[in-house]
Amino acid sequence: MSKTVIKVENLSKQYRLGQVGTGTLSHDLNRWWARVRGKEDPFKKVTATNDRTVADGSEYVWALKDINFEVKEGEILGIIGKNGAGKSTLLKILSKVTGPTTGTIKTKGRIASLLEVGTGFHPEMTGRENIFMNGTLNGMNRHEIRAKLDEIVDFAGVAKYLDTPTKRYSSGMTVRLGFAVAAFLEPEILVVDEVLAVGDAEFQKKAIGKMQDVSKGEGRTVLFVSHNMAAIQSLCVRLMVLNQGNISFDGATLSGINYYLSNDSFNVECKSLTERTDRSGGHNFRFETIAIYDGDIEVDKLISGGSYEFRLGFSLKHPESIAAIRMIFRDSEGFIRILCNSSIVSNDNLVLSAAGYYQFHFLIHKFPLPAGNYSIDLASFSIQTEEDNIEKAIMIDVEDGDFYGNGRLPRLKHGVLIEYTGHLIT
Amino acid sequence: MKEEKEAWDDIISPRHNLLSLNLKEVWRYRDLLRMFVKRDFVTFYKQTILGPIWFFIQPIFTTIIYTFVFGNFAGISTDEVPPVLFYMAGITCWNYFADSLNKTATTFTTNQQIFGKVYFPRLVVPLSIITSNLMKFGIQLALFLALFAYFLLTGAPIQPNATILLLPYLILMMALLGLGLGLIITSMTTKYRDLTFLLQFGVQLLMYGTPVIYPLSTVPEKYQWLVQINPMTTVIETFKYAFLGKGYFSWSYLGLSSIGILMLLMAGILIFNKTEKNFMDTV
Repeated sequence: MSKTVIKVENLSKQYRLGQVGTGTLSHDLNRWWARVRGKEDPFKKVTATNDRTVADGSEYVWALKDINFEVKEGEILGIIGKNGAGKSTLLKILSKVTGPTTGTIKTKGRIASLLEVGTGFHPEMTGRENIFMNGTLNGMNRHEIRAKLDEIVDFAGVAKYLDTPTKRYSSGMTVRLGFAVAAFLEPEILVVDEVLAVGDAEFQKKAIGKMQDVSKGEGRTVLFVSHNMAAIQSLCVRLMVLNQGNISFDGATLSGINYYLSNDSFNVECKSLTERTDRSGGHNFRFETIAIYDGDIEVDKLISGGSYEFRLGFSLKHPESIAAIRMIFRDSEGFIRILCNSSIVSNDNLVLSAAGYYQFHFLIHKFPLPAGNYSIDLASFSIQTEEDNIEKAIMIDVEDGDFYGNGRLPRLKHGVLIEYTGHLIT
Repeated sequence: MKEEKEAWDDIISPRHNLLSLNLKEVWRYRDLLRMFVKRDFVTFYKQTILGPIWFFIQPIFTTIIYTFVFGNFAGISTDEVPPVLFYMAGITCWNYFADSLNKTATTFTTNQQIFGKVYFPRLVVPLSIITSNLMKFGIQLALFLALFAYFLLTGAPIQPNATILLLPYLILMMALLGLGLGLIITSMTTKYRDLTFLLQFGVQLLMYGTPVIYPLSTVPEKYQWLVQINPMTTVIETFKYAFLGKGYFSWSYLGLSSIGILMLLMAGILIFNKTEKNFMDTV
């Protein structure tokens, strides 16, 4: 039976918008006057939700609104959400950097938070001194640190540079050193912000492995915020999706990721192709829709390694024999990454003997693009001529996914991901 | 779930008990204080040619300039004490107080990077500041003592007395006064930045309102109370009395100043505690 180690009740956090400093004195006096008369804070009444795209003129905004959840001992809880959904605010309150406006968080055991790697590092101090600096900042005493010094140095792999000032370190080394200290803090609850985004692949693997050990082997609880779906997928059992200061999903990781990807609608700029005039052709054959499906669910955001169906809808005015329908994926620099052509995968021309509305589906079983922004160009050809051609028919946003089934991904986001094996021959 | 009521180790809530000083927690983080002091020490003279000698240069030059300007040109009395020794005594004490105040008064603004990322009892930082300033003070005090010994041996008209034993207590008074005022100012600067400007020349003005470069005895009778409500007056006058035999010393003033400092310190810690929780949102 696992016990609850974190209990969050009705947690809210209000921020003031605009320039702090103008009018604070008068607001403070107003607040004070309201309190003297035993009335409610006049500025807590503003109930704007945290939607940064809508300007509603109110001066205060709720970064978090009535959040409730519990975390059990040994659980690894992932937290995802758009920028500004309240993730960082939640982490800040959990790590006591700032206080909540209302509500409480009750915790059992020591909390260590890794909102940043290597907090308090001073470039003039040596690696050893910085280990002590960072360790004591996170609540260890010097005897604890001394006892673990060898392990920390070993984990970070900086033994040779231990007595060199950290300003001579490469940025990767600094990160490794910072993470190593944090990894050996041995708190009951570890709160981790997106710190794995730095460091090389080998170190990321090591860091994820360490976090898994921490949770599985030693029964500690980990709260993990990230945009890296691969890391979330391989690490977390439970996932929470924040949206505009509320919890919009709380459950199993995989369904959480799907929920997140399919509900995030701001990534698609133009869905309807019917009104597009920046096309060549389109007089007879005309692309009208493009939609991406994960099974039966329409998605706006893709992850590497997922299985997606690209559903192209088009209308036809006269019967026509179509030789090819082509879909090209370009990266943000305009280079072609993938080219799908119907004439390669189907043997015959598409003979359409009546006018009307048709759909053509491309199915990509293991989506091979690494994280990034891409655009899709659509084109169709009859036997004689180009029928329709739209550049940038849709923009897609791809996030890291667990393509190789082990949580690892190449760090360089070039080319495409393919399946392969490697052997050492002796 | 009745048993869980007692079991929580920590409860984060918006309500803050003003009187929960949590000095125990500060004590638990004492190694962090050591590291902060060590950092200040290690980084102070890195990449300088003269290194710790800088600690000497500043008071020596200030003393020389004061001797010329106030002693020779303005002709302000030093109560028959050799002017160099007189100014050095005042400057040594004042520097410690002013440095402590200036640095603690910017605790929140200079450390917001760290404060925004990790929790620890914030009081550790100002405490580390007054501690590492002690080091500089120690060096300047040694300089003063060397000068003092020289004048004593050459038979200058100075009469050190048993009040010298109060020196550790005087240092404590200066440290706590700098700390208390600094805490109040830094807490208020998180919201109202105006205070940083006020502080800059405020400390300078306050020096002229404190008998650093003149003896209290030269202040006209009817204004003496104004100078004496300043606890630093008591500290510096007592210091001069102890080492030089000239100055104003009374147990009741020492007691009153101590009470004043204690009250300022309490107020400072209370305001600081109230501010530390949410300052990240306003800074």
